[in-house]
Amino acid sequence: MTAISSADLVTNLLIFLLATVLGQELIRHVSRLLHTPLMALTNAISSVSFIAALIVLAEPSSEDVQLLAAVAVALAATNIVSGFLLTDRILRMFRKRKPEK
Amino acid sequence: MTNLLVDSLYVVAAMLFVLSLKFMAEVRTSRVGNICGVAGMAVAIGATVVAYQTQNTSLLVGAVVVGAVVGSPIGLRVAMTAVPQRTAMSHAFGSLAVALVGAAEYYRSAPAIDPFTMSVLSGEMVLGFLTFTGSCIAFAKLQGLISGRPHLYRGRMYVSLGTLAVAIASAAYLVVNPSQEVVLLVVAGAALLFGFLLVIAIGGADMPTVIAILNSFAGISAAALGFILDNKLLIVAGTLDGSSGLILGIIMSQAMNRSFTNILFGGVGAAVASEAEGVRVAQTYTADDVATVLRDARSVIIVPGYGMAVAQAQHAVKELADAMQARAIDVKYGIHPVAGRMPGHMNVLLAEAQVPYDQLWEMDKVNPLFPGTDVAIVVGANDVTNPAARTRADSPLYGMPILDVDKARTVVFIKRSMGPGFSGVGNDLFYLTNTMMVLGDAKRVMTDILASVRNLRD
Repeated sequence: MTAISSADLVTNLLIFLLATVLGQELIRHVSRLLHTPLMALTNAISSVSFIAALIVLAEPSSEDVQLLAAVAVALAATNIVSGFLLTDRILRMFRKRKPEK
Repeated sequence: MTNLLVDSLYVVAAMLFVLSLKFMAEVRTSRVGNICGVAGMAVAIGATVVAYQTQNTSLLVGAVVVGAVVGSPIGLRVAMTAVPQRTAMSHAFGSLAVALVGAAEYYRSAPAIDPFTMSVLSGEMVLGFLTFTGSCIAFAKLQGLISGRPHLYRGRMYVSLGTLAVAIASAAYLVVNPSQEVVLLVVAGAALLFGFLLVIAIGGADMPTVIAILNSFAGISAAALGFILDNKLLIVAGTLDGSSGLILGIIMSQAMNRSFTNILFGGVGAAVASEAEGVRVAQTYTADDVATVLRDARSVIIVPGYGMAVAQAQHAVKELADAMQARAIDVKYGIHPVAGRMPGHMNVLLAEAQVPYDQLWEMDKVNPLFPGTDVAIVVGANDVTNPAARTRADSPLYGMPILDVDKARTVVFIKRSMGPGFSGVGNDLFYLTNTMMVLGDAKRVMTDILASVRNLRD
């Protein structure tokens, strides 16, 4: 692994801080009606850790390491698939009042 | 693919994730939000697959197939009442995935790891592993595999914090001596044990908050992995997830007037409080009595709790609401933030029963309306309506924001028995002169009231 330079670190910290502020603002504005699908959605999004496992799998390494990364791939893929499907399923149930009969 | 192109695609993916949450703000645009999330994920994975040729294609494909085969039925079929369990499980999977990638990265590069990366890596693994076992226990409690009661014993604080101390100390040792590979097992073991000890001591009623906090942990550990791999997209996605969990956790704990420390280490719900109530007699009524009151009502607020879902009564509730609306009664639902088993759960359960979402009113907006409301119908809820939260300084519920149903002209309280709620506290509401207690299974009672309302002659 290449050592992370201090410039990279500062950039990453900046991104982390900005994402924190942005995240707080975005989530605060989400309707309370939607907090359950929101959790399913953010869980699917953070399972982008899938790509971290892909990156590790691309490096030459022992079989044990490959196996750990592959298990991570399976777990993250489960979350991605179930998270987005479930979010859509829940959101489709929300409907407005029908016009009076 | 060049590094610049891959990084640019990661920026696109990050932007799509941000837009995804932006569109989740309201129901109207929420499905677009989900599509943005899917698009962002597709861009991120597509760019990575092309840029990083895997060393072991069959292993990768196999793992993805397993994920899709396990994930699809969960996403497509899990019952809405079981979504809290599924959410706990997804936090377990997410945090374990992150912890395992961290471990893989360690074994791949040790001992050539600089101290900063090693400290983030060990912190990430501690957080990931403890979130994994904590979420598994939360899953087991919500699924009813183990008792929802907090498992308490003398000195549990010392055992729990001692375990955490072992995890942190061994993680710190790894930072100084990154070549001691076996120590990683101690870090992992202690973190796994701490997650177990932490959540096993928390009562089932606190699971909504616990799920949100574990959500936050899972997100933060994913962001930490982003630091380790210098992957900015992962930092953004993990941080957004962590923020979401944190805010939902704060909302949940405020709705119960509890601090995070109190929820995580308080062990609330263990001993059933036995208040010396004296002998008080509640007036019980029948479905016909309720229908008589509803005949002259102009406005009704329904206050549902998880007990309604347990009794599978939400469809009967919806039908009664329709019948009342047919009689030109204004019907609203008052939703307490902790109604259900996870943030926003009650809204989903009612939406599934085809209740239009513009009838679902959150606590702060519906509370001012109770004084002008003819009838409040409480079904399957208890503690969130207990006036002791406002009046009795010695009550465990004191200070908790509640739905002010007692201010309605008449309160119809549907309940299986006269027993106390989750908190173990008796409810003064039962004994108010304007309260009509209707005892019985929520679904049967609602169906009976519905039949009586339909039989009303004006």
